[in-house]
Amino acid sequence: MSVAAVRPGGAAFNALRLAFGALAVAFLLLPLVAILPLAFTDSVFLVYPISGPSMRWFGALAESQAWTRAIVNSLIIGTGATVVATVIGTLAALGLRRELVPFSGLLRSIFLLPMVVPAVVLGVGMQILYARMGLASSYLGVIIAHAVLCVPFVLVNVSGSLASMDPALERAAASLGASPVDVFRNVTLPLAMPGILTGAVFAFATSLDEVVITLFVAGPNQTTLARQMFSSLRENISPAIAAAAFIIMILTFLLLLAVKGAALVQALRRKRGIEGS
Amino acid sequence: MRDSNPFIHFEAISKVFGTVTVVDSLDFHVAQGEFVSLLGPSGSGKTTLLMMLAGFETPTGGSIHVDGRRVEHLPPHKREMGVVFQNYALFPHMTIAENVGFPLKMRGVARAEREARVKRALELVRLGHLADRKPSQLSGGQQQRIALSRALVYEPKVVLMDEPLSALDKQLREHMQLEIRALHRELGLTVIFVTHDQGEALTMSDRVAVLNRGKIEQFDTPSGLYDRPRTRFVAEFIGETNLLAGRVSQRQGEAATIVLASGARVTCDSAAAFETGHDVMISVRPEMLHLVQDAAAANALPVTIEDHVYHGDHIRLHLACGESRLVARAGRRDAAPPIGSKAFASFAQGDCSLVAP
Repeated sequence: MSVAAVRPGGAAFNALRLAFGALAVAFLLLPLVAILPLAFTDSVFLVYPISGPSMRWFGALAESQAWTRAIVNSLIIGTGATVVATVIGTLAALGLRRELVPFSGLLRSIFLLPMVVPAVVLGVGMQILYARMGLASSYLGVIIAHAVLCVPFVLVNVSGSLASMDPALERAAASLGASPVDVFRNVTLPLAMPGILTGAVFAFATSLDEVVITLFVAGPNQTTLARQMFSSLRENISPAIAAAAFIIMILTFLLLLAVKGAALVQALRRKRGIEGS
Repeated sequence: MRDSNPFIHFEAISKVFGTVTVVDSLDFHVAQGEFVSLLGPSGSGKTTLLMMLAGFETPTGGSIHVDGRRVEHLPPHKREMGVVFQNYALFPHMTIAENVGFPLKMRGVARAEREARVKRALELVRLGHLADRKPSQLSGGQQQRIALSRALVYEPKVVLMDEPLSALDKQLREHMQLEIRALHRELGLTVIFVTHDQGEALTMSDRVAVLNRGKIEQFDTPSGLYDRPRTRFVAEFIGETNLLAGRVSQRQGEAATIVLASGARVTCDSAAAFETGHDVMISVRPEMLHLVQDAAAANALPVTIEDHVYHGDHIRLHLACGESRLVARAGRRDAAPPIGSKAFASFAQGDCSLVAP
C-alpha cells in the first residue's frame, strides 16, 4: 500500500482512524482491567493467573475494621468536601464571570492554583497551618484540605455553563418583573445546574482518590479508603487492595450514573409533557 | 397635539461610556398608543437609548418620565415594560407556557388565572398548540411570536423591541412586520422599536426618530422623513437620493432660487431655513427626476444618459450632469433613451428638499 492511498475519507484512512481510536481506549482502560479481576481471586497473592473465583477479599474488607472505617471516612470526607467546594466554586464562578470584580483574571488564576501546585507543597503548607490552628487530625481539617483541591473543578465546570448562557436571558427575566433574587432562582441557577452537578461529581471523585494531602493532614481516625490502600500496599500486597479499588470504582460509577439518571428522568418527563399535550 | 401630553418623555438624556458620548442630550416625546421606531446605523445610540428606557443602562444625565412617573433610577423589574430581545431570549429550561406565564408568576398571579391568561396570550399569536413544547423545538418565527406574547401577557405600559426581526429571513420578516402592526392596532400598544433597517422603520411606524452619533437628526412621520428630509444624513440614510451642491441666491417667501456649481439655476420650495448666500444641498429622490427634451421645463438640468439598468418593476437611469452623477427612475413602460443621448432632467420645485451641505 502506497502512502498516497492513506488519504482523508479513504477506506485505509478510516481503518487507521478506527485502529488508533481503539488503541487510545485500550491505553486508558487496560490498567483498570488489569487490577479489577484480582478482586475476585481466591488466592492470597495479588498475581495472575487467578486460580479460582471467590468473594473472600470483599469479606475480608467487611470484617476488617480498618477497611470499613476507611470506607465510611471516605464517604464522610468526600461528601463534606464536595458540599464545601461546590458552594465556593459556584459562587466564585458567578462572581468572576463578567469581569466586574477588579483583578478578576488574577482571582480566577488563584482559584485554579490548587490544580497546578504540587500536592506535596500544599500538604506541607496545610500541615504547618493546621498545627497552629488546631485543625490537625480532624475531620474538618481533611474536609477543608480536600475542598481546596476540589474548588477548581467546580469553578471550571460552572464557568463553562455560565459562559454558554445567553446574557439576554437574565435581562429578559428582569424586564418581565423578576427581582435579582428571582432571576437567580428561576434562570441563572437552573441553567448553571448541569455545570454545578458535573463539578460536584468531579469534586467527589477527586476527594475519593486523594492520597498525598491526606497523608499530611489526616490522623489515624481520618484514614480514607485511598490512604488505607496506599499504606496497606507497603505492608502486605493482598488482593484486598483490588477489592477496595473495585469499591472505589463502583462508588464513582454510581455517582456518574446518578447524575446521568437525573438528566434522563428530566428528559423523559419533558417528553411525556409534550406527548400529553 | 400628540406632544401636549407625552406618555414617554426623554429630557436632556445623555449616556457617556468613558470618553465616548453615545447618547448626546436628547429630548423627545412619545404619545400613548404611538408606534415609534428608533432608526440609525450601528453606534448611533439607538440601542443604548432603549436600554436606558428598559432600565439596563443608567443615564449619565437627564430624566425619563413614563406615564408621569420618573423612571431612570428604577431597576428593570419595576418598570412594567415588555421587552422583546433580538435573539428572543426565551428561557430554554421552561416550556412555552412557563415562559409566557413567567411574568405573571413573578407578579404573584394565582395559578388558575395565570393559565387562562397564558392561553389567551398564546392565542393572540396563534401558537396555543405549542404550549408544552420547549423553545428549542420551535422555529425562529415561532420563537419570535412567543417572545412577543410573553412581553404582552401582563399588559405592560410600553413594549420595547430591540431589532426583533433581524434574525429572520426576508419573507418571514415582512410577515412579522404586519403581525406586529396588527397587534399594535388591536391592543392599542405603545411601542418603541429599534431597527437599523429603514424599510422596516418606514413601513411599521407612526413616527421614526433617525439617530446619528447620539443625536436625533429628525423625528418625523415616515413620509415626512422621505419627502422632507431636514438633514443631509436623513436624505442619504432614508431611501436613495440625488444631492446637488449650490448656493441660495435669492429668496421669494418660502421658496428660493439656488445657483448650482454648474451655473444652472433651480427653484425650490420650503427653503425657509436658509438665508441668501448659504451653501446648500438640494436633495431630489430618483422618482422625482423626469427626463424631458424641453429646456424650458421646470428646473431642467442638461444631462447625458450614461446607462440604463432594468430592475423588473422600474428602469434605473444613470445620468451625468456636468461633474455630478444623478440617478432617475423610469417606469417600465417608458422607452429607455439610448445610451449617450442628451436630454434634460427636470423636477418640480415642490419635489425637492434643501439640506445643509
